[in-house]
Amino acid sequence: MSPVVVARDLTRHYQVGGGLFRKGTALRACDGASFQIEPGRTLAVVGESGCGKSTLARMVTMIEAPTAGELRLDGVEVGKASAAERRKLRKMVQIVFQNPYGSLNPRHKVASILAEPLEINTDLDRGARRDAVRAMMRKVGLRPEQAERYPHMFSGGQRQRIAIARALMLHPKLVVLDEPVSALDLSIQAQVLNLLADLQQEFGLAYLFISHDLSVVQHIADEVMVMYLGRPVEQGERDLIFDSPRHPYTRALLSATPVADPERKRNRVRLTGELPSPLDPPPGCAFNPRCPLANDRCRAERPALQPLHGRLVACHAVEEGRAE
Amino acid sequence: MATTTPHMPDTSRPPVLDAAELAGAPPHPLVEFWHYFRQNHGAVAGLVIVVLLIVVAVLADVVAPHAPYVQDRGAFLVPPVWQEGGRWDYLLGTDATGRDILSRLIHGARYSLFIGFVVITLSLTVGIAVGLVAGFFQGWPDTLIMRLMDVLLAVPSLLLALVVVAILGPGLFNAVFAVALVYLPHYVRLTRAAAMGELSKEYVIGSRVAGAGLARLMFRTVLPNCMPPLIVQATLGFSSAVLDMAALGFLGMGAQPPIPEWGTMLADAREFILRAWWVVTFPGLAILITVLAINLMGDGLRDVLDPKLKRS
Repeated sequence: MSPVVVARDLTRHYQVGGGLFRKGTALRACDGASFQIEPGRTLAVVGESGCGKSTLARMVTMIEAPTAGELRLDGVEVGKASAAERRKLRKMVQIVFQNPYGSLNPRHKVASILAEPLEINTDLDRGARRDAVRAMMRKVGLRPEQAERYPHMFSGGQRQRIAIARALMLHPKLVVLDEPVSALDLSIQAQVLNLLADLQQEFGLAYLFISHDLSVVQHIADEVMVMYLGRPVEQGERDLIFDSPRHPYTRALLSATPVADPERKRNRVRLTGELPSPLDPPPGCAFNPRCPLANDRCRAERPALQPLHGRLVACHAVEEGRAE
Repeated sequence: MATTTPHMPDTSRPPVLDAAELAGAPPHPLVEFWHYFRQNHGAVAGLVIVVLLIVVAVLADVVAPHAPYVQDRGAFLVPPVWQEGGRWDYLLGTDATGRDILSRLIHGARYSLFIGFVVITLSLTVGIAVGLVAGFFQGWPDTLIMRLMDVLLAVPSLLLALVVVAILGPGLFNAVFAVALVYLPHYVRLTRAAAMGELSKEYVIGSRVAGAGLARLMFRTVLPNCMPPLIVQATLGFSSAVLDMAALGFLGMGAQPPIPEWGTMLADAREFILRAWWVVTFPGLAILITVLAINLMGDGLRDVLDPKLKRS
């Protein structure tokens, strides 16, 4: 099947500081992310806060234009699309935010929150919109008679269901899930994740799933992209990444995830130091100040993302075979 | 894809408990509003007085015992009925040209309420539009608008109104326009601040991703969330508008005689302050009571509409 979204070297820089006479420095929020997602599949983007996950989400949903790189949605290149084409593309990509308390308009009833995308993008009449809203509410596990309520009358999990319903109203092909469950209780998380999986099967959705919770990612992803300081460092099939991580950062991340198995011997990789400032990234590999395997080459030369051991890795140590 | 793993049990099937359901149907927003408003007795008293004023103003032709402009040559400066020399057909006495003060006050209520209403509508609508523009377009439009508003705020309000009236010429409508201009910065500042606060929230981005255009974002997505402080400011501004118009009238720059506007009545009666106290006291009292009632009501509104002050 042809991919819903193809991104090549997506890059977003922000100008920070600066004034009338002084040029600001460029903050490289996201630098050179490439991926593609087929219908019905999930790409998970993981990394700690500030690694560029959300910036990536904002570019894919066309909230922000990339500084460089190319984004194709359904074969159409976004950067070169006309206004009319963009309008059509917008129906294809929708987003679910992390915080269900901030993502629903507190002054609108659920019915009008869900009907808004239809009102703007389709010429359905009022009755048809109402029917579509009720059908979608049933799909996400809400009762249609709850449509006349305001968001504050719902619990966090129910609100996230409303947010998912809103994202699906236009029947998009790609849904960007920006940490959709990290604000929820563990039991509710499982419900919402199962709902997302069911909806993916039913509508053949492609998911770009952004998270820092690796157990959630292992549960839902088909492919994983690990990011560090705005750059992808390891990218590949889920099982491959989780079973035999290669990049030292991925290894550290995975070893930091608690596993409910007392028999399992823990071989914890401890990272020292802080995430460097994206305003002033270290020379060479961005991970070198915290990397146990760093050598002089790592401090001088930035590793490129290249296919090694069945996945893409950006690491000199892996390339040279020092990582074993 | 597997939907179940050992540490992610499938719990989506049992029905979700619903707090609102258990507590019964949610009350209608207006019912809820009245429930909270009623607890503030001062606010209810203010509301009663304001409603009374509106009724009297609407029915002025029926309620007033005399016509406001008719002069009775046999009754110059008749004192109120409870004073020696008072007459039953002039309950609050007459002024220096023999016009019934009560009737003039009743007809004056029309002007005062009308003035307050027009001033607030004018400055609120213009203020919201300008404030939203400033809030949505950061950068030079914002800077330009806000510095302009700062200039307006820096001039004492009555002085600014006087200058505007002096330029446009005295008269009721010019005065209304001047007072509306004086109050404009308050609404612009409030709207801008509220809009900037709301703009950073995710529901706005969500609407944008759904394809909402600028006008829709401004007026349907963001504006309803900015309204509570604006409503409160508008109510409190209503009384300030009445006061400022009275001041302009007193200075001869507002409504022109013989219009029975309360401030103008005060100005007309200035020379009789020592001889006939009722000619100045009653218009003054009318202004005092109206402003007090509206302020009380505005306080109550603020308590109800500000979620931070609301008891849950």
